[in-house]
Amino acid sequence: MDHGQAPVATEPDAHGHVDVDTVQLSAELVEAASVASHDVAEYALWLGDDSLVLAQHLGWWISRAPELEEDIALGNIALDLIGHARSLLHYAGAESGRTEDDLAYWRDEPQWRSAHLFEQPNGDFAHTIARQFIAAHYLFELYSALMESTDATLAAIAAKAVKEVDYHRDHSIQWVLRLAQGTDESRRRMITGLSDLWPFVDELFVDEPLIDRLEGVAVRPSSLRATVEAAMIPVLAEAELEVPRGFISSGGGRRGDHSENLGPLLAELQVLARAHPGAKW
Amino acid sequence: MVTVASVARPRPSDAASQQAWDIAAEVCDPEVPVLTIEDLGVLRSVTVTDAGTHVILTPTYSGCPAMEAMRDDVTAALTGAGYRNVTVELVLAPAWTTDWMSEEGKAKLVSYGIAAPTGHSGVRPTGAVRLQLAVKCPRCSSLNTRELARFGSTSCKALYECRDCLEPFDYFKVL
Repeated sequence: MDHGQAPVATEPDAHGHVDVDTVQLSAELVEAASVASHDVAEYALWLGDDSLVLAQHLGWWISRAPELEEDIALGNIALDLIGHARSLLHYAGAESGRTEDDLAYWRDEPQWRSAHLFEQPNGDFAHTIARQFIAAHYLFELYSALMESTDATLAAIAAKAVKEVDYHRDHSIQWVLRLAQGTDESRRRMITGLSDLWPFVDELFVDEPLIDRLEGVAVRPSSLRATVEAAMIPVLAEAELEVPRGFISSGGGRRGDHSENLGPLLAELQVLARAHPGAKW
Repeated sequence: MVTVASVARPRPSDAASQQAWDIAAEVCDPEVPVLTIEDLGVLRSVTVTDAGTHVILTPTYSGCPAMEAMRDDVTAALTGAGYRNVTVELVLAPAWTTDWMSEEGKAKLVSYGIAAPTGHSGVRPTGAVRLQLAVKCPRCSSLNTRELARFGSTSCKALYECRDCLEPFDYFKVL
């Protein structure tokens, strides 16, 4: 068996019957491409993997957050992200005949395309909020721009996702302000969280060669930097937090070069499906 | 003419499909059982042809687990009424919005104890402040309420409390 391949290729529904919905478009658009080209599929993997990895991290907080409302908030945010990941991975997989479950459970680490930011560990609550703050601002601007994609399926997913990510962004802003302006201890932790996560901002705005082949379809990452930073910096100013400086992560997630955090995360994400191939739930 | 009502409730024009629509339209949201999927604006299309009955639903939130239950319930309702080859498909575009919720549905929500969405959807431009209209307490109608948590018991709701009657209540968020 090849690494990262589902073991049962002849039995199409062998990896658990989580219903897979076609991301269809309104009637007049059904004729438009609903199977992605290889490059578009790769791009959909970028976005889908970011969301799935982040959702997997956030799910850990359920029952562990500082207050019950936060268990629910982070759980709901994770659920939205899983919804986005399902749509994106379903679309990515159609090109190669793989289901969203195949892509989630049967790819090994080098085949994942998540950026390092999303892979960073939960840390303490302030680390998770710092990661949410950066991620939600990035995703909001990304999906806002992707709504204009010439690829009708990506545009539809983006139009749905952007409204949900708007709430995630608001949630993170409120917590950044609260922690930064709370006690000395909460402020100290917020500063540490932000400075630990900030090195991973840069990778989000790196244009890989794939982007040159997807003009009009994909959002050019470098084009998002100004709007994302313009949205984050006033919040940091209001919270009296400095924009962290220092080292920049080398990145490489889009090429399959991942941080040390992805492996353990995937082990947990994939263990059940791999231990019981074909299990239905 | 395309009106808000026809976008929110696109009931088909042929008699056979209308009959099937009216059956599907009775299916309720499993989490908010006073609302039908028609009240919610989740039921998008019902088409009866010789080949079978095709239903299109749109999810409220991308990850809403209630969609699976709604799909099964629609299939069961139509199959129970004698329709064959019932297929239910989820579509994402155009994206669902609380603007599609019927006035009748909003009234039902309030009498059930959930505050209905106030105002209209629209993604804020970057940096804009979220402007929240006062949310009316579904128990005592006071506007003196406050948000306790933006994410509530389901994806679509936030948790509020009334500062007059002191009761907590769910608010159906604008999306």
